[in-house]
Amino acid sequence: MSPDQPSPPDVLAEPTHPLLRLAGISHAHGRTPALHDVDLEVGAGTAVAVTGASGSGKSTLLHVAAGLLAPDAGTVELLGHDLAALDDAERAQLRRRDVGIVLQYGQLVPDLPLLDGVALPLLLDGAALGPAREASRAALAGVGLSAAEDAVPAELSGGQAQLAAVARALVAQPHLVLADEPVASLDPAGAALALDLLWGVVARGGALVLVTHDNVLAARCDREVRLAHGGVQHDLDLR
Amino acid sequence: MTTVVQSAPVAIGEVHLALLLSGPRHGYDIKRAHDAWFPAERPLAFGQVYATLGRLVRDGHAEVVGTHSEGGPERTVYAITGSGRERLLAWLDDPAPPAGTAGEEIIRKTVVALHATTSGADAERVLSAQRAAHLRRMRQLQRRSTSVDPERSTDLAVRLADRHALLHLDADLRWLEEAAEALRAQPPTAPTPPSPPPSPTPDDQEPQP
Repeated sequence: MSPDQPSPPDVLAEPTHPLLRLAGISHAHGRTPALHDVDLEVGAGTAVAVTGASGSGKSTLLHVAAGLLAPDAGTVELLGHDLAALDDAERAQLRRRDVGIVLQYGQLVPDLPLLDGVALPLLLDGAALGPAREASRAALAGVGLSAAEDAVPAELSGGQAQLAAVARALVAQPHLVLADEPVASLDPAGAALALDLLWGVVARGGALVLVTHDNVLAARCDREVRLAHGGVQHDLDLR
Repeated sequence: MTTVVQSAPVAIGEVHLALLLSGPRHGYDIKRAHDAWFPAERPLAFGQVYATLGRLVRDGHAEVVGTHSEGGPERTVYAITGSGRERLLAWLDDPAPPAGTAGEEIIRKTVVALHATTSGADAERVLSAQRAAHLRRMRQLQRRSTSVDPERSTDLAVRLADRHALLHLDADLRWLEEAAEALRAQPPTAPTPPSPPPSPTPDDQEPQP
């Protein structure tokens, strides 16, 4: 973070400090309760699957963790920063630099060719066009989309758009990746590629939080946090 | 002509104990309730019911509490003991082996847990423990196939067998999710009272000591 940012604990230098910490999170969409008193800590070098039936609160949890949704109650700490203590610009900066986010829908800017769409987090953070495009080119090559650099999102298949979203989430080499069904629309080869890249974050000492319905994918993770009716049904160590 | 040998169904003693959990029953009633719980299985033979009850009494898990006759033959009524209850709950707490081919035991354990949950078992906990056992095994299988350590890398035949086991375990988990959903949508009702047995046929006579 820049010098004018509040200085949080250096979570990467302190392996015991969680990269993500949710405490007492409750949230309702209008009158419909979505999360109730949820606690979750994710440490370095860990992949956590968040599972549960449709409507159990998985996607809401991910949006709250990413700071895209302010909870009605509770605390969110992202890489040591209390999100409530940051303003919108600071939260956005934290996300661009250190948190990769893969959502199910609509993450790519419609009018931008992929090369610039994937480079966007770096460009918004002040990177020069040349190096940002270089990083984007490498990220797109990583997901097998080199040939689609000049395409706009509408020209991509669903699977290609999902791979591009993974590339964009990883372009800034984040310490934490939050992903909602990141491989649901990919064929087996594309899924294997994307998952290996996401697990690369874990291998480098970061962390991965995956929302998924896929039991096989959940069983690749180190932990399963299962939600039911907005609460944590179980938090299993699978190692 | 080939001879079909009918082996004892998995965990038959525990299932008898579960059927006694809601109250004393006679042998005919146990058979009837068993066949209703497990409609996809071959109906339980009376000889099997009485042999199983005999073993449970011998081991102190069940006891004879009287006789019952309502216009039919006199039938012995059995009840679960404290030790039988402990044995049943311990069995429920121990997940079925996550083998991918042990479907029958998972079905029996889950169905028993769903039915017994009004009598002291915790079906949600049983399902959760089973899910944990399955996920841990699935994680091991995936780590073995994706291992980059040449010492631990596996040949194609092993990888294919692992994948077969992995996908079968996934099928078990999907079934467990449906079972849990069914439990939440329709909690098991209170046990039905013992029914009067129909007129005996030579085949279902209770063996006399």
